[in-house]
Amino acid sequence: MPDQDLISVTEFCESHHLQFGFIESLQQYGLIEMTTVEQTSFVHDSELPKLEQFARLHHELDINFEGMEAITHLLQRMDEMHHEIIKLKNKLSLYETH
Amino acid sequence: MDFVDYYKILGIEKNASQDDIKKAYRKLARKHHPDLNPNNKEAHKLFQQINEANEVLSDPEKRKKYDEYGKDWKHAEQFEKAKHSSSQQHYANEGGQNFSGDFDEGGFSDFFESLFGGGGRRTSQTKFRGQDYNAELQLNLTDAYTTHQQTITIDGKNVRITIPAGIENGQKIKLKGYGAPGANGGPNGDLYITFSITNNTRFKRDGNDLHTTVDIDLYTALLGGEIMVDAMSGKVKLKVNPETQNGTKIRLKGKGFPVYKSEGQFGDLFITYHVKLPTNLTEKQKELFTELSKL
Repeated sequence: MPDQDLISVTEFCESHHLQFGFIESLQQYGLIEMTTVEQTSFVHDSELPKLEQFARLHHELDINFEGMEAITHLLQRMDEMHHEIIKLKNKLSLYETH
Repeated sequence: MDFVDYYKILGIEKNASQDDIKKAYRKLARKHHPDLNPNNKEAHKLFQQINEANEVLSDPEKRKKYDEYGKDWKHAEQFEKAKHSSSQQHYANEGGQNFSGDFDEGGFSDFFESLFGGGGRRTSQTKFRGQDYNAELQLNLTDAYTTHQQTITIDGKNVRITIPAGIENGQKIKLKGYGAPGANGGPNGDLYITFSITNNTRFKRDGNDLHTTVDIDLYTALLGGEIMVDAMSGKVKLKVNPETQNGTKIRLKGKGFPVYKSEGQFGDLFITYHVKLPTNLTEKQKELFTELSKL
């Protein structure tokens, strides 16, 4: 019996009008992780926001898998930089007079 | 409510072909898509405008109506009624693209609603995860020092959340499932709360460490002694070494800020001594200082 936090890839593809191959390619590019339980493919529900984002990027903006891979790295970098900015801003307050 | 120039939004001429519209839309969508502009409200707003312009101009019927009434859109419905051509008026959306995701899906302008009614968005049976919500919560530094609960209101419902001690200014936490409801049975979105912490203390925070300056008088600095200083956890008794220099920094281990989600762990408190020189010296003091200076 699969974990209740696992979503069947087939069901996800049906409800989002996606091809199974699309999800498989995302996995091959290392963009998402799939789990196989009793020969059925699942994704963890924590992957859902990422999965939907890739579906939007691919279908709405015609971005290919290489592009999505690059975007993922850049968004990660942006997120890291955003955190770094917050940290530096907080540190800066140390040198500001009350 | 103002007229919205969809051609201007897409940067195209009024006689643009469907191919031109598609190209212009794709180009702008790639630039302003919410997935590529996280935390950028301006880009989200622009994307909604671009989306709306495309919704109208890429649909020949809608484009015809838009072109026909143009700036007289306020009278569009009256004209329509006068024409008695209700059979022509089906604005159900078929085909094309269905945008979704991390932005306000109901974001059509009043102008659009007025001209085309509320049913602008294409209907679909696709299951979609609900939109994520973002909120900001203001806290004082003293509140962030202890783990505490707060009740926040989301869509009219009260939600009690636990804020762990040691949360940082600008830190974001996720409340799973507290976003907008999913569409067609899809899961709910999440709620992201960003904390904005106001310093209501005399301490300066650097991660888990706190910094402060303490005044000591000349005699304590020279001869040593004991002083009471304020830490976040209360008063602390400190021994000042003889001949302590102005600007000396000492560290009180474990008297700083709690480490986030690490119960019982605290950063350090750094104290910088500021030696205050006496003023309004008496004759006797002057005499003694003069004597000291000659030694």
